Amino acid sequence: MKAIVGLLCGLVFGVGLAMSGMTDTAKVLGFLDVTGHWVPDLAFVMGGAVLVTLIAFRFVLKLQRPLLNPRFYLPGTTVIDGRLLGGAAIFGIGWGVYGYCPGPAISALTYLDSKTAMFVAAMLVGMALANKAAPGR
Amino acid sequence: MFEYTTPLIGGLLIGATAVALLYLLGRIAGIAGIVWGAVSAQPDNAWRWLFIVGLLLGPVLYHLLSGVPNPAPSALPWWQAVAGGLLVGFGVKLGSGCTSGHGVCGIGRLSPRSLVATITFMATGIVTVYVIRHLLERLL
Repeated sequence: MKAIVGLLCGLVFGVGLAMSGMTDTAKVLGFLDVTGHWVPDLAFVMGGAVLVTLIAFRFVLKLQRPLLNPRFYLPGTTVIDGRLLGGAAIFGIGWGVYGYCPGPAISALTYLDSKTAMFVAAMLVGMALANKAAPGR
Repeated sequence: MFEYTTPLIGGLLIGATAVALLYLLGRIAGIAGIVWGAVSAQPDNAWRWLFIVGLLLGPVLYHLLSGVPNPAPSALPWWQAVAGGLLVGFGVKLGSGCTSGHGVCGIGRLSPRSLVATITFMATGIVTVYVIRHLLERLL
């Protein structure tokens, strides 16, 4: 059952990414290019997604536990430190360099462009390096 | 003129998925976290691998049913894909989240950490595109 939930959630998430234009690097880079020919479309993706989570998470997190697991698995850290800021800053730079964040990069593998495969492979290497440099969390 | 209905519906679907995953499994729909959990062999991992399978099938299904063609492949050179991938992977692991984990889920549960992270990666993303498109290309 949990596996089916995983599959269906991934599927709908993937449909959402493709539909919204997040799997199109030209669109993403156009969105980040605020001083050029700005493409504002993608503001609606984040806006729509956050609208739903902001409202519905309140109700879900009031529950004792999720439906199929004994507890909620939420991040335990609440500190805003150099690690968070540095990591987010480096991620943003990489996003601006090529136009993919992790989800869309994986979804876009099915478009069969070898550069996307190189991006995803490099992303996994980057994750492993960060895990080695700063373990934990 | 720009198109906002499909990005909005796509965003609503992404948000709905995040809610479903939290309600059913108690898990955060952060792709960086799901991928890292999958490849680093965390316990109770089947849902993560199947989520990734779904993430791959979703766009295939969407383009097939909607008739919308696949986006054009990036015109950027391969080394830029490698550099971007390395930075994205390193950054999301160090900063404990990406656009979905911090941006969609973290802000959704009003986490100050996630709000700060989201503002940070949006800002550096915008600055990076500015530098590459408007400063470097003028110099070269």
